[in-house]
Amino acid sequence: MEPILTINNLTKKFGYLTAVKNLSFTINKGNVYGILGPNGSGKSTTLGIVLNVVNKTQGDFHWFDGNITTHDALKKVGAIIERPNFYPYMTAEQNLKLVCRIKGVDHNKINEKLTIVGLLDRKDHKFRTYSLGMKQRLAIASALLNDPEILILDEPTNGLDPQGIHQIRQIIKDIAANGTTILLASHLLDEVEKVCSHVVVLRKGEKLYAGRVDEMINSYGFFELKSEKHQELIGLLELHSNIGKIKVEGELITAFLNEPMSASDFNKLMFEKGILLSHLVKRKESLEEQFLQLTDNQ
Amino acid sequence: MLRLVKIEFQKLWLNKVSLVLIFISFILPFTVLILSSIKINFFGFFTLELSELGIFNFPIIWHITTFFASYFKFFFAIVVVSMIGNEYSNKTLKQNLIDGLSKKEFVLSKFYTIVFFSLCATLLIGIATFVIGMYYSSYTDTTIIFREVEFLLAYFVKLIGFFSLCLLFGVLVKRSAFALAFLVVLYIVEWLIFWATVYVSGTVETAFKVKGFLPLESMYNLINQPMQRIIMTKFPDKTDIMYDYAVHWYEIAIVLGWTALFVFLSYQLLKKRDL
Repeated sequence: MEPILTINNLTKKFGYLTAVKNLSFTINKGNVYGILGPNGSGKSTTLGIVLNVVNKTQGDFHWFDGNITTHDALKKVGAIIERPNFYPYMTAEQNLKLVCRIKGVDHNKINEKLTIVGLLDRKDHKFRTYSLGMKQRLAIASALLNDPEILILDEPTNGLDPQGIHQIRQIIKDIAANGTTILLASHLLDEVEKVCSHVVVLRKGEKLYAGRVDEMINSYGFFELKSEKHQELIGLLELHSNIGKIKVEGELITAFLNEPMSASDFNKLMFEKGILLSHLVKRKESLEEQFLQLTDNQ
Repeated sequence: MLRLVKIEFQKLWLNKVSLVLIFISFILPFTVLILSSIKINFFGFFTLELSELGIFNFPIIWHITTFFASYFKFFFAIVVVSMIGNEYSNKTLKQNLIDGLSKKEFVLSKFYTIVFFSLCATLLIGIATFVIGMYYSSYTDTTIIFREVEFLLAYFVKLIGFFSLCLLFGVLVKRSAFALAFLVVLYIVEWLIFWATVYVSGTVETAFKVKGFLPLESMYNLINQPMQRIIMTKFPDKTDIMYDYAVHWYEIAIVLGWTALFVFLSYQLLKKRDL
């Protein structure tokens, strides 16, 4: 796999506060990465360091194969940090022209990228007349101008209304479908779950987990069950070796697996034992449940 | 280099306020220059004709125009501090860096713009002075015309030095208004140092020498006030008002030294800062 960003033992201190502590991870080409963590967990600081706006205290990082300076590497990167920042007195097109000049790319992509984010008809309007959702979409267009190898998004849906959030997510999905590597920092778990294949979980500047989203917790999932023979079912479950913990909430029984087992095998087994299930669902913990489990364990 | 100048020019050119200020700083000195060169008749009571005072004679005209034109530098000084202040308040500095402009390039783009503007201002004043001089001057001998043309160089260096100081203050305090206030503070500090030296050394002469090394005073010294010189030409026998008004190489060197330091410090400040 081709590495795009490698971070080794990165540390950032703001006075007495350690915002990022000994952080290491690698971003490889072609995947969609999420950086997940509550507010103040060091997500933005980490991105700020690799984007050259925050000075690191210790450790190092390098872009691509490491033979390129950060300054040059950033011309192959598209990034949006927190709020969209543009010159309010310039129109969308003029702002993008300026970005083209900075990145050293041709102006001919401007219309194409404005079409992707649906702002082409507003390109001659001044930036200060834009709504937050439009500003954020313009920021994405600006980040795409150089056809970046990696797109970095820091809380891209922060402060947007549901429609705006949906638009941004759709744009991100479309970009990811084209094979662009994406690094998405967010505290919204469902956002990361919907978009990302890999995740780095941070808490108070420390890495808790890095890897695939679906392997975040060693878990075989759980069954949600209902049956008329409530007590008999509980008795059977307690005896079964594949079943670990059992949780009962009224009619609903939740049985956690400690060995892999498919829902149809389980259904067959119950039928043989003479228990007819009126409700059977096999589920895995949602990212939110996994995340809480992960952060609680520490 | 051209890329950096183009980037900064787009930022200034599309901003109405800075555009107006730039035009004022170019046009106002001209208007004053032209108004002063024409004959003004005060309702038949008397006519004011500055050209009769001999101030438009070569070579003194170089001295006079550059001295008075340099007061209009404050308009562009506002542009300089606001071009830093705006980058902070719009947070576009951060975005510029993320987009791939290095901190060094950022400072350089501002500095190149300063140099470019100073060059334009110097050229325009040079041409205007030459034209007015050719029209009014009693002496139009080539050697006399270009005798004190070094005042133009002094004017150029003075502008660059002053705007670089504004650049540093802009980066230092991030707010346009505060940066301008810092100029006043520096002016007062220079006088305090002056009086402290008077107190320590006991002579005003030494104190003026020390003050000559300070930023604002060294810029002022490049082009000394010409009024005394005009009086000198009227009363050549009064030797007690003689003074040294020439542009010296060491005066230019001091200001260039400060300029280098201001630009370097601006870069170092920005480099150390987390945005």
